[in-house]
Amino acid sequence: MTLPIFTPLDDPGPNFARLIRRLQVPPPASAEGGRAPGLPGLAGPAVTEYRHGTTVVALRFADGIVMAGDRRATEGHAIAHRAMEKVFPADRYSAVAIAGAAGPAVEMVRLFQTQLEHYEKVEGVVLSLEGKANQLSQMVREHLPMAMQGLAVVPLFAGYDLARGTGRIFTYDVTGGHYEETEHNATGSGGRDARTTIKLGYRAGMARDDAVELAIQSLYEAADEDSATGGPDLVRGIYPLVATVTADGYQEVPEEDVALRFANLIERRRAEGRDL
Amino acid sequence: MTMPYYVAPEQVMKDRAEYAQKGIARGRSLIASIYDQGILIVAENPSRTLHKISEIYDRIAFAGVGKYNEFDQLRVSGVRHADTKGYAYSREDVDARSLANLYAQYLGQVFTHEMKPLEVEILVAELGTDQHPHQLYHIAYEGTITDEDRYAVLGGETESIAQKVESAWTENWTLSAALRAAVGALAGEERTLAGKDLEVAVLSEGNGRRSFHRMPDSELDALLA
Repeated sequence: MTLPIFTPLDDPGPNFARLIRRLQVPPPASAEGGRAPGLPGLAGPAVTEYRHGTTVVALRFADGIVMAGDRRATEGHAIAHRAMEKVFPADRYSAVAIAGAAGPAVEMVRLFQTQLEHYEKVEGVVLSLEGKANQLSQMVREHLPMAMQGLAVVPLFAGYDLARGTGRIFTYDVTGGHYEETEHNATGSGGRDARTTIKLGYRAGMARDDAVELAIQSLYEAADEDSATGGPDLVRGIYPLVATVTADGYQEVPEEDVALRFANLIERRRAEGRDL
Repeated sequence: MTMPYYVAPEQVMKDRAEYAQKGIARGRSLIASIYDQGILIVAENPSRTLHKISEIYDRIAFAGVGKYNEFDQLRVSGVRHADTKGYAYSREDVDARSLANLYAQYLGQVFTHEMKPLEVEILVAELGTDQHPHQLYHIAYEGTITDEDRYAVLGGETESIAQKVESAWTENWTLSAALRAAVGALAGEERTLAGKDLEVAVLSEGNGRRSFHRMPDSELDALLA
């Protein structure tokens, strides 16, 4: 490796994706707008073989946002991985969750995390939350050719806006369009079921504790209805990942806490004689 | 037809070195020191936005003295190198030694082949782990690289400053002791320096993955009080 020095006239700026393209470090196909080799042009039967199917949710509460995601990865009808992480810190004050083809999705998150940190270090200031959401938008857009071949990646982005002093949530579609949500959203194959649960329990300005509880409940319901969403795995002790982003930054909810909440949820329902 | 004058290569190098040294001596000095919890870097810098000390990677910091635009270009290239390497391989494969070598190569190259040498002196510091000690690499304008195991002084009149640090230095000193000694050495006999004249940053455990921490004025004043 040599020192990457550029003249002021052809400096790649704070954009990491552009930098690695210039340095010819192979970027993920998503950053190239490339096509996966050997795949048919449009979604065919082969597509279901790739890992997707997920439930990730995000909701706003009084001091910020909660984000949660199940841990299951599937290959067709088989379970490919039981402890996959789908919720990541994007930087100190934002989180990103992924649904879609696992390989490109995880790679996109890695590029996104690096990009945010790279920008911060080169420029000496942190991108605005809106700016981060736009960056992710570009990455999803560049991934569109792969999405057309069936390897779609649909992230969910949320964070604490330091300038406004509030949590904000952004959802995406495969074309890279991003839309700000006022209160909550969920994506992935179990997203619909999760959304319904959240909608029923959501109150504006909820406390953190209630918001975490609601996120957990929504994942429980989604796992109950959707085969590609994993519920709490009591046998192996694998639980969905829950994180909050507030003025104090990104914080993962401890696994014991999540486990306890699931146990209480099940206990409560049993005691009330409800459908588990 | 005009014939170019013959200038002895020794003279060329001497002139260039003198030119670079003059440029560096115009600016203020900088001290880096290892303390019991990590690495402290202190620079005299009244600006709050044009930094002399900055973050390169999780455990690596950069500091420069001399001409701002020149060392800032080096800083950015260091960030690019580190981020690219960490992305292509893994975060733990990014190390200060290889970056310091690249800087040395580049500075040496410019010194011998370009019209004008870079008027900078830079420091690359890496926070150690259980397996590796802390590292301080001091790279001069002509590409000379030295690694220090206690402290490094960069800038123009380094000798008197280094003497002061040397006389105050104790093994495993605390952050506030190291900071006071560094500030005293930078200030010299006649002056006193307050928080607003200084730029201070540390690399230390306890800051999370990114160990670089730039000290705000309030924290600095509290430590110096």
